[in-house]
Amino acid sequence: MSGDHDHDHGHGGSELSEMDLRVRTLESLLVEKGYVDPAALDRLIETYETKIGPRNGARVVAKAWVDAKFRAWLLEDASAAIASLGFTGRQGEHLIALENTPRVHNMVVCTLCSCYPWPVLGLPPVWYKSAPYRSRAVIDPRGVLREFGVTLPEDVEVRVWDSTAEVRYLVLPQRPAGTGGWSEDRLADLVTRDSMIGTGLALDP
Amino acid sequence: MMADLEAIEREIPGVPRDAEGPVFKAPWEAQAFAMAVALHERGAFSWKEWAACLAEVIAEVRRRGEVDDGREYYRHWLTALERIVARKGIVTDALLEGRRHEWEEAARRTPHGQPIVLE
Repeated sequence: MSGDHDHDHGHGGSELSEMDLRVRTLESLLVEKGYVDPAALDRLIETYETKIGPRNGARVVAKAWVDAKFRAWLLEDASAAIASLGFTGRQGEHLIALENTPRVHNMVVCTLCSCYPWPVLGLPPVWYKSAPYRSRAVIDPRGVLREFGVTLPEDVEVRVWDSTAEVRYLVLPQRPAGTGGWSEDRLADLVTRDSMIGTGLALDP
Repeated sequence: MMADLEAIEREIPGVPRDAEGPVFKAPWEAQAFAMAVALHERGAFSWKEWAACLAEVIAEVRRRGEVDDGREYYRHWLTALERIVARKGIVTDALLEGRRHEWEEAARRTPHGQPIVLE
């Protein structure tokens, strides 16, 4: 899945929401005039990366781990399954859940024009928005995973998914061994943001 | 920076938060928040001035009879930010308007998935 597949956006270009547009407008002028340092803004925003929404995605994953019916629904129609828990985006974008298995590891790229399921994942991490991450994730996903401390067995297939404006992805990580009988709340604590992007695994208990 | 955040909590009413601190519903909200913090840090305005400007915007919203239940908090925040930088002579309205068109144009000519940048 390289970057050359059809990124159908209706008219070939990109769109910024009204609020994104106003923020970019002001920020670019303040940076130009030397009033704010973009690196300092990134650092400040980074402290809130996990603070947009109460880590809704972790709840979704934990529920899928304990509730087979919900899991099937999530894989069939993630938008509806997630909406049933009360987590919805503003734009009504289509969400697809990608199931990690012992044979397949899924990893998601692209937030470059805000294609990030922030209602379930929170703020995109700064590195995720960087052009090097995106291009390298497509060319050398195993190399990128290694940098995140994830080494997968050779026989595991790595699938890289490139979000579009209409479709966003949530990775359903594998449930860690040794968590039989755990409650959803306890399981949710093992679900990291990175595990739902596919650059990490769920934590071991 | 932490001291700054405490000052915000003290001086600015209504910042949406949970037990650990401010919360945001979308990335742009965090960006708008961070810009105000950075401008304050640089001495562009005091928190008292900022609180007054934000209160003024919110009062106008109420007068117009628009919904004001906290959901639009950061929209008002950004409006106040645009206003205070104009008042302080940091960025004029005309400059904002021109730059907005440049971003719209940049978005239009950028294929989806590419970073949207100004020329």
